Amino acid sequence: MRSNFVFQEIWVGLRRNLTMTVALVVVVAISLSLLGTGLLFVKQVNSTRSYWQSKVEISVYLCYSASANPNCHGAVTAAQTQTLEQRLQAMPQVQTVAYVSQAQAWTLYKQAFSNDQSYVSMLKQTDMPPSLEVKLRDPSADYNIVASAVTGAQGVDSVIDEMNILDKFYRLLDGLRNAVVVVALILVVAAVLLVANTIRLSAFNRRRETGIMRLVGASNFYIQLPFLLEGVIAGLLGWVLAALLLVGVKSFLLNNLQQYFNYNVGLSAADLIEVILLAMVIGVLLCGVTSFLTLRRYLRV
Amino acid sequence: MIEFQNVTKIYPNQNRAALENVDMTINKGEFVFLVGPSGSGKSSFLRLILREERPNDGRILVAGNDLARLTNWKVPALRRKIGCVFQDFRLLPNKTVDQNVAFALEVIGKPRRFIKRVVPEVLDLVGLEGKHDRMPDELSGGEQQRVAMARAFVNRPMILLADEPTGNIDPATSIGIMKVLDRINRTGTTVVMATHDAAIVDSMRKRVIELEYGKVVRDQNRGVYGQNY
Repeated sequence: MRSNFVFQEIWVGLRRNLTMTVALVVVVAISLSLLGTGLLFVKQVNSTRSYWQSKVEISVYLCYSASANPNCHGAVTAAQTQTLEQRLQAMPQVQTVAYVSQAQAWTLYKQAFSNDQSYVSMLKQTDMPPSLEVKLRDPSADYNIVASAVTGAQGVDSVIDEMNILDKFYRLLDGLRNAVVVVALILVVAAVLLVANTIRLSAFNRRRETGIMRLVGASNFYIQLPFLLEGVIAGLLGWVLAALLLVGVKSFLLNNLQQYFNYNVGLSAADLIEVILLAMVIGVLLCGVTSFLTLRRYLRV
Repeated sequence: MIEFQNVTKIYPNQNRAALENVDMTINKGEFVFLVGPSGSGKSSFLRLILREERPNDGRILVAGNDLARLTNWKVPALRRKIGCVFQDFRLLPNKTVDQNVAFALEVIGKPRRFIKRVVPEVLDLVGLEGKHDRMPDELSGGEQQRVAMARAFVNRPMILLADEPTGNIDPATSIGIMKVLDRINRTGTTVVMATHDAAIVDSMRKRVIELEYGKVVRDQNRGVYGQNY
């Protein structure tokens, strides 16, 4: 009898201001999915970051037949290559040095762009420069020391700091993530205000009933419960929508990133579930607490 | 049952006290008329009993409870012992007569079986048998007030407070209403009724307490409405 009554009141309440309930559900859905997307983003970036940590840090591109660098006088010789290799290996900051020939570079190139043949047809093997791939002991160590040791040396075309490029890339991703989170937070504030307003409106619409309930001696909890649950249920509906959106984000956006990496950097289902559960907790807490505080202010008991 | 000990109530931003040094006792089973001009403090008196307002000074005891000592969450239990009837009926417009009366029981968590049994009984008591499925706007003023009284009485409260219940009702129908109140009083319920209706007060000859500017000026058993009438 009691629970029936409560559910009836909730249903009536939700239906009476249907437009506001819908608005609330949509805003909660969007803010939670943005928040979730930001979190997924962070996880994805961390995953790819660890992929790159294990990779090369400095590429020393050697002269080849089509080099534009005036320092290069034709293709690099075997002797020059060996000198460079030994010099690098001798440096304490260097962990390993690996030589990549033109043929090997071409194979790697074809592999990397196997999804997009247009890139492959643009170039030939002779366009690939051979290189020395250098891994540093300490990635954050001074790139300059190692780079200056070989820049301008015989047979060296250019020295590229992979980490430098990646740093810029990561800074871009971080910036993007921050933007997403800021927008999400603004939307969360909007959601909170909407919950407060919706509950307030609901309480106002039912003031006759609540007035009589008070007079007749219904307990405060009993009077407030339908409104509280209204807020929480709307929040949960919004969360369900957000969960669906997040699954979509993962399936379409993030899984497409996988094709650019040889190593598995995709997020697991567990990661997704973790983010979705967190979103639910945040959503329910937000709606519940806001409803409660609004009721204390606007529902006379 | 109801005891006022030197109670004073001043509303904020008012110069004059709504009630001043009111001191009286109403015993169980009594029928009391509260008379006086508008603004004399009749409604304030009733609201203090319900604990809708707190007095600035003095002590109020209702059914053995000292209202000042009552914590907020115990107030609903007090209100279940008190039934209320108002001048504007205060029915829920989109519920039937049955549902209106049942509402009072539903919200305090009474089981459905109990409600199904008790509601027809009380509707018979107030003289509305056969009108169970009517909506309030299909009823006359007198009938609506009877529904309100049924709702107030359905939980068998110890006290029934009536704030000008015949205010919106013609004199002939008012007699019917008063008969119901009398019937309720005979079951042992203490009735306190604030009213302007001189004819009714005079015809029933119950205890009359007269208020003027917040002070009790007359407390008379088997009284009439006014001396200077």
